[in-house]
Amino acid sequence: MTMMNGAEILIRCLQEEKVEYVFGYPGGAVLNIYDELFKQDKVKHILVRHEQAAVHAADGFARASGRAGVAIVTSGPGATNAVTGIATAHMDSIPLVVISGQVATSHIGQDAFQECDTVGITRHCVKHNFLIKNVRDIAITLKKAFYIARTGRPGPVVVDIPKDVTSDRYRFEYPAELQMRSYMPITKGHSGQIRKAVNLLLKAKRPVIYAGGGVVSSNASDHLVALARRLNFPVTNTLMGLGSYPGTDSLFLGMLGMHGTLQANMASQHSDVLLAIGARFDDRVIGNIENFSGMQRKIIHVDIDPSSISKRVRVDIPVVGDVADVLDAMNRLLDAEQDMPDVGEWWKMIKEWRAKQSLKYSMGKRIMPQFVIEKLWEITKGKAVIASDVGQHQMWTAQYYKFDKPRHWLSSGGLGTMGVGLPYALGATFAGLGKPVVCVTGDGSIQMCIQELATAKQYGLPIKIILLNNHFLGMVRQWQELFYEGRYSQTNMNFQPDFVRLAEAYGHVGIRVEHPKDIEPALRKAFEDHKNDLVLLDIHTCPDANVFPMVAAGKGLSELMLDKNSL
Amino acid sequence: MRHIISLLLENEAGALSRVAGLFSARGYNIETLTVAPTEDISLSRLTIVTKGGDDVIEQITKQLNKLVDVVKVVDLSEAAHIERELMLIKVRATGKDRDEMKRMTDIFRGRIIDVTDSIYVIELTGTCSKLDSFIHAIDRSLILETVRTGVSGIGRGDRILKL
Repeated sequence: MTMMNGAEILIRCLQEEKVEYVFGYPGGAVLNIYDELFKQDKVKHILVRHEQAAVHAADGFARASGRAGVAIVTSGPGATNAVTGIATAHMDSIPLVVISGQVATSHIGQDAFQECDTVGITRHCVKHNFLIKNVRDIAITLKKAFYIARTGRPGPVVVDIPKDVTSDRYRFEYPAELQMRSYMPITKGHSGQIRKAVNLLLKAKRPVIYAGGGVVSSNASDHLVALARRLNFPVTNTLMGLGSYPGTDSLFLGMLGMHGTLQANMASQHSDVLLAIGARFDDRVIGNIENFSGMQRKIIHVDIDPSSISKRVRVDIPVVGDVADVLDAMNRLLDAEQDMPDVGEWWKMIKEWRAKQSLKYSMGKRIMPQFVIEKLWEITKGKAVIASDVGQHQMWTAQYYKFDKPRHWLSSGGLGTMGVGLPYALGATFAGLGKPVVCVTGDGSIQMCIQELATAKQYGLPIKIILLNNHFLGMVRQWQELFYEGRYSQTNMNFQPDFVRLAEAYGHVGIRVEHPKDIEPALRKAFEDHKNDLVLLDIHTCPDANVFPMVAAGKGLSELMLDKNSL
Repeated sequence: MRHIISLLLENEAGALSRVAGLFSARGYNIETLTVAPTEDISLSRLTIVTKGGDDVIEQITKQLNKLVDVVKVVDLSEAAHIERELMLIKVRATGKDRDEMKRMTDIFRGRIIDVTDSIYVIELTGTCSKLDSFIHAIDRSLILETVRTGVSGIGRGDRILKL
């Protein structure tokens, strides 16, 4: 068997794992790896402008494609810059393999140049991490890394490789099979529990299906749709679950939680049977925990991670298993049933909540951000892949862009990381979905990874950036308005760059939009005339616009405010 | 409620930090923690004494199981078990205190394992509360130094924690 250096072994591992794209940034400790990347063309490297963006782009790629994302960063600052990206992926259970360079083994612990304890630093924000100390261990470790990242509840795995390990030589042999005695994720749900769950569903009078990101990561949308339609049960999605149930379907109540619709929140609160699927009763979703738990209802919780069950809310019927597998089993049991529960009365109540049109907003002379998202949905026919940043624009997109398919909504839900939008969009363009990729962002968020406009130009990525520019850190401003008597402490960005000229400086197209009537033409220009260009639409929106409905911190789901007068 | 959680984990660099880090990151408390390789050197056995309500202990067990290096977890205190801790205690032993210290050591079935004109080092094994009782039973001002290993535990009878 031919001997090769560690770096080549590493690249061969990536090839074996069918990795098509890696997102990265070179540096001293990864020189050997970059040299081997140079000598082959199967694994294509996308050069970003900041390591944080490398990990975000790999994350965006993973969210859009369903495959594991891969990033390569150098030691020290390369690795520390990657941490935000890793933590973001960890909170949202996104499969990633992040390869970081490390100083040579003989230098570890010597405070060497660009040395940091990457395994120690990332330990709390990874699913698992490895430090490879011997060239012999590269292949088995990479095999484990991909296996751990993809299976069970997915997550990021960091593989730290010292420079000498990438120059040492060994033979390459990629293990075909892998058995880990300490890691054996459960996949199949317990049939007895599934039977119990179905029996409870069949007795429900006021059911709600509450579906989260787990439905997306387990590719279980079709199963969810089949289940809901068969039972005629209302469905609500978490922020992470959007798209797992068609947003335009009549059974869909919209998103629930802090900025959920009235019907989704009221129905969840007043349900008698709540079927939680791949969701984790997050504080932004259920509001005040005592208020939520105080209601008499039975909860069925389907999740692949046993530690998600009864973590925040006691559940009555836990089902641990892969969401797709469990839903499939439920559907099969339902196929044998003749009588579906009568939920007619319940739908009447829901229709009353729906009739209150909690997402209604009034138009003025200024551009309302909600209107922009509605127009975006119209012009893209609801089919674009939308990456968002974090803040008001994120919530408006979640509320007004009716996602019909999973993996079309890429957003940092758990960690709430500003700056992910543009790199997510970058990554998503490589996922091969054949759909327009849009980044909806704000004037705060876009500036956190603005340097990636250069990457987009280098690779000719025709991303459309919808910048909802309100000259404020809008979400914080909203809280200051509502809960801090309008003291806008440090949320007014008095100076901002000319975003149109900034886009142009990077070789892109920039269009400024200031009047409601110009939105549609500008969007058409971006999506039709400049189909193949990156277009930044700098849309100056009404600075006072707030995200409603809103469940204030500490309040229960049914105590939501429809506007600021209902405080 | 006090619980003794026992686990088998891969004997790998960083495995202990993952366990200890989990407790600090999630705000669980650790009263004692002991770890050493088992007869199979690829595995370490770790015993943690912690306190918490049933919900917290359930989460601790699940979170520990989720760590990739952890092979098996049991809550020993769920059933009959034996716990032991070793303490070495260095005391001033002069004059009348010298005899008294010897007597107390005998009563607690300890052993004096180092002797100078003025000092004893006493070795004592037992449950945590036995060791606590010894400390309370002797004159506190005579204690120069104590070192305790933390609790090791094992299930009674055919309750076996093995792969």
